[in-house]
Amino acid sequence: MSGFILIALLILVLSVIYQIARASEFATILRGEGRVQASTNRTIGWVMVIMFVAGMWGIYMCHEALKGKMLPVSASVQGEQYDFMLKITLIVTGIVFVITQGLLFWFAFRYQSTEKRTSYFYAHNNRLELIWTTIPALVMAVLVAIGLRNWLNITSEAPRDSQVVEVVGKQFNWIIRYPGADGVLGKRNFQLINNENNVLGLDTSDRQNMDDVVLENGEVHVIVNRPVKFIIGSRDVIHDVGLPHFRYKMDAVPGITTTLWFTPKYTTTQMKEMTDNPDFVYELSCDQMCGKGHYSMRGTIIVETPEEHAAWVAKQQPYLKGGQSPAPAPSAVDSTGGPAAKAPVESITKR
Amino acid sequence: MNQDVVIQGPNVAHTQHSDDTGHHHDHHEQHFIWKYIFSQDHKMIAKQYLITGIIWAIIGSLFSVFFRLQLGFPNETFPIMEKFLGEWAKGGKLTPEFYYALVTMHGTILVFFVLTAGLSGTFSNFLIPLQIGARDMASPFMNMISYWFFFMASVVMFASLFVQTGPASGGWTTYPPLSALKEASLGSGIGMDLWLIAMVLFVVSSLLGSLNYVSTILNMRTKGMTMTRMPLTIWALFFTAVLGILSFPVLVSGFVLLIFDRSFGTSFYLSEIFIGGKALPYVGGSAILYQHLFWFLGHPEVYIIMLPGMGMASEILSNHSRKPIFGYFAMIISLVGITVLAFLVWAHHMFVTGMSPFLGSIFVLLTLLIAVPSAVKVFNWLTTIWRGNIRFTVPMMFALGFVSMFISGGLTGIFLGNSALDIHLHDTYFVIAHFHIVMGVSAFFGMFAGIYHWYPKMFGRFMNNTLGYIHFFSTFIGAYLIFWPMHYEGIAGMPRRYYDYSAWQSFKQFEGLNAFISIVVILVFIAQLIFVLNFFVSIWYGRRVTTMNPWNSTSLEWTTPIRPGHGNWPGEIPTVYRWAYDYKDDGHGNDFIPQTTPIRDGEEVH
Repeated sequence: MSGFILIALLILVLSVIYQIARASEFATILRGEGRVQASTNRTIGWVMVIMFVAGMWGIYMCHEALKGKMLPVSASVQGEQYDFMLKITLIVTGIVFVITQGLLFWFAFRYQSTEKRTSYFYAHNNRLELIWTTIPALVMAVLVAIGLRNWLNITSEAPRDSQVVEVVGKQFNWIIRYPGADGVLGKRNFQLINNENNVLGLDTSDRQNMDDVVLENGEVHVIVNRPVKFIIGSRDVIHDVGLPHFRYKMDAVPGITTTLWFTPKYTTTQMKEMTDNPDFVYELSCDQMCGKGHYSMRGTIIVETPEEHAAWVAKQQPYLKGGQSPAPAPSAVDSTGGPAAKAPVESITKR
Repeated sequence: MNQDVVIQGPNVAHTQHSDDTGHHHDHHEQHFIWKYIFSQDHKMIAKQYLITGIIWAIIGSLFSVFFRLQLGFPNETFPIMEKFLGEWAKGGKLTPEFYYALVTMHGTILVFFVLTAGLSGTFSNFLIPLQIGARDMASPFMNMISYWFFFMASVVMFASLFVQTGPASGGWTTYPPLSALKEASLGSGIGMDLWLIAMVLFVVSSLLGSLNYVSTILNMRTKGMTMTRMPLTIWALFFTAVLGILSFPVLVSGFVLLIFDRSFGTSFYLSEIFIGGKALPYVGGSAILYQHLFWFLGHPEVYIIMLPGMGMASEILSNHSRKPIFGYFAMIISLVGITVLAFLVWAHHMFVTGMSPFLGSIFVLLTLLIAVPSAVKVFNWLTTIWRGNIRFTVPMMFALGFVSMFISGGLTGIFLGNSALDIHLHDTYFVIAHFHIVMGVSAFFGMFAGIYHWYPKMFGRFMNNTLGYIHFFSTFIGAYLIFWPMHYEGIAGMPRRYYDYSAWQSFKQFEGLNAFISIVVILVFIAQLIFVLNFFVSIWYGRRVTTMNPWNSTSLEWTTPIRPGHGNWPGEIPTVYRWAYDYKDDGHGNDFIPQTTPIRDGEEVH
């Protein structure tokens, strides 16, 4: 019922506004169009000035209101470059923004139509065109140079001593795999996946899988100040590993393995103190629309000291229980060296 | 005063006349169906596009109001939504499935049905023959077919809103595997099939239209109308059509492969998928391939949306400043630059898909290059109004607003085009803010400027000025209030396309801001209803146009009668002697010289 009242009210308001506007149109005709247009023009000229000043003030107020809600300083070493570059780009575009918007509103006010004014016939000037082609091109060149330096830096190969963590997306949570004591992630095959006891499709014939740890709670434990490399995959649709605090993002694509690496700078505990927020947690968000539960696909990154990490590792159990004792059927075929049976496994490891 | 023009065509067997002065008619009146429905008159087809576009715009923006209610007030219920959406909003709260369907349809409708068909469909059809001096399009019949393909696409898309599993819900980009597998999402069922069918029909419509626009501009210009005497609107609409012709077929190829994957068991986009409790047989496809095909259209599409607005803003800024457009040739060259570069930057939408970093850096370079022609255009517009004699008419306000929005939205593109920044900003609210300002609001402002400016030519009446000003100021201020703070949310990493942020430590602090934005959205939506009211009521009750050239414009469309009939000019098509921007003293107290005035002795030719 309230809905109908709301709509009726809306129609009423619109028709009142319309009637007033109609009346003012008739008034215009009565008072003489030329005079009304001149006075409207003067009013709008001032409105333009007011709007510009109010706009600049609004931008300042917006900044004051929101700056406390932004991300803390970059939690990764590589993200520092991002913060620096964002600042440079903000300054450059900010200057251009204020100048061009300022000119737009100022010209509108300054050269508003009056009876005395005639416009200045000015059709082209090649030197001006040349100037404002060259200057943006040079500024862009600088921004591209900074950008590419950072880009090649953050997309470079991960250092050899990096920790390795595999992050696999599925509708709608993250599965995390650690390589275990051998430091190597074993082979996976999507055809071996089952939701009861092999969520990632670990190949039981691969011994390197035997010590791998799999967590379905989306917790990524990493060591502070040591590079970490994420091996990213997806079980079903495209997801995206979003790490806002570390300034990173990478898609998780089924059938393709992607990677990213960074060096965490602050432990979660340190960050809690720095942000003065006891609930602080590094979050891993899904940033590629993946279905109805997209918004709830949350993981966490727990950055620890080496000691804390070692204590946590000691508590973890390998995912495939009982080592290699109950060899399942596929691995039996595999060990006899059937090339056909091997094919799907290799197709994964090659990537 | 018989104004006879013979138009050939199956429905137009009789000579036409064009007047509404009420003197006696000795011709047959055209039947309603041929005059208003299956019309081959480019002006009528333009109005059909425009009105269909307006209806879609109302639907599309109403959807955004619904999902903004969810985003702004995730803990409230709005029983009124249940009236509109039925079981999708049981008890007044959107289901997540339908939230994503609304987001998807909002994007599809606004990008394709409003800002492509509604914008370039309207103004290409309306302005090209009128401004180059042609009686109609090169093929009026094909033109009519083009509209009816669009209409069919609209019907199918509209029908998809009512299927049981809901419309497509994989985002307007419909990335597979999400859009390819019924198991992945409700909307990937029959809703997605209808979406694909509608889009293919839409592309057919767009291609038929664009081919017509290009051939008309190249072949049917009146005597004296050389390419370099054409108004910039025509240049912009020309490049818009070229972009469409070259990029839409690629989109269709992408869709065809998707249809095959969905229905015929191929694996172009699918590989190694475990979903719905079982491993699927697909191996060897690439989900990223679709993104390349999609964005090969998707990026030129942005310019298909932008260029008509740029052209119309150029024309309107010049006309209402009583001053020639500054740097006519530079404007054309920058349009060429934008058109060429538009095809070379698509992968900047894909920096985080794991593509080769080297390839990524090439695309960074090419993307930021586009800033150069864009900057040239902005500086030329600013110089155009400099030392002008500016009349703040409603179309001029929207043209100024267009420039302001284009600057704001263009500058944030510099952030996103640089992959090292995009790696954090990708798919956050920063992206939403960027593209809504630059190709949403800015393109809409170009469209509004065009509607208010050419309304007198379309309907022989003016729209109400007061309502126009209310519409402008509320939309201009409202759009900045909505989208400016979103940049902050984006820099804070807040992902787009989330149904609810309250479970997230990192993003829930923006709850108050989201509510604020949603309230402004509702107000701006109401402001658009004022425009719709003004538009439709003015068709019948607007102030009548009494002079042929109400804006004192130089271009050809204002040399036609106030209500031109099919064929546009009652007598001979006028001959053109000069460029379209001679806003200078004509020696008789006028501050403009129409294109049809011969060059005087000793006058400098532009």
